[in-house]
Amino acid sequence: MNHPVPGQPVQVPVLALGDVLLVSLQGELHDGMAEQLQQDITSRISTSRVTGVVIDISGVDIVDSFLGRVLAEIASTARLLAARTVLAGMRPAVAITLVELGLTLPGLITALDVDRAMEVLSQGGS
Amino acid sequence: MHISGQASATSLPIGSDADLAWVRQHVRQCAAQLGFGLVQQTKLVTAASELARNTLVHGGGGHAEITPLDNGLTRGLRMRFADQGPGIRDLELAMTDGYTSGGGLGLGLSGAKRLVHEFRVDTEPGRGTTVTAVAWVAQVPASRKGLQ
Repeated sequence: MNHPVPGQPVQVPVLALGDVLLVSLQGELHDGMAEQLQQDITSRISTSRVTGVVIDISGVDIVDSFLGRVLAEIASTARLLAARTVLAGMRPAVAITLVELGLTLPGLITALDVDRAMEVLSQGGS
Repeated sequence: MHISGQASATSLPIGSDADLAWVRQHVRQCAAQLGFGLVQQTKLVTAASELARNTLVHGGGGHAEITPLDNGLTRGLRMRFADQGPGIRDLELAMTDGYTSGGGLGLGLSGAKRLVHEFRVDTEPGRGTTVTAVAWVAQVPASRKGLQ
């Protein structure tokens, strides 16, 4: 299967699993798509009874400072709207690169995969 | 010092966020072909993304030039990002972690510098900015005791 052509933006689907929103990011993410996603998640949280957001980035090759900022802002906004965000599935190479870049995303809850992220949310607390 | 190998430079336009995606994809393909490991590939693509975005956001667009290198010992990749924008007035300040003029996190230049081996910024107020970043394939000392 070919990679999607980078010139063709695709909207990122946001799935609802009970009171948790699940977002799975794949491959190339345009800046505009990331900002659109931020708006989509925020409006979904405010209009439904969402208490948690899981963002799965296991399919993401790189996280640069722009995407890192968007992810941190999604988590901050969700927290203000009474929902917790867990970032799941970061690839080891991405983690190494982010630390070297200086972007350690403090305050963002992480989990190794989506299953564990759901566990974290079901446990409550922080 | 840098002796260009057989392959030649590729020039890519930077005028939109879709172009950033093309630059990232091209850098990843080149880095993989040159033998960079997965972590180094990820660092290179991330650095390219930061620098290409600077070209777009601060320089008003420009182009990227991606050149495979071979210095006889190992292979490398040179990435050059050029714009004809306003230039950087205070380069030292712009290279400081956390300094931003564009609403980002201020990690673009300083962060990208940490992800590569050689880094150079040529800028002149009113004339534009060219950032050159070079990374070399890590030379792992081969363990061949058993073979000799």
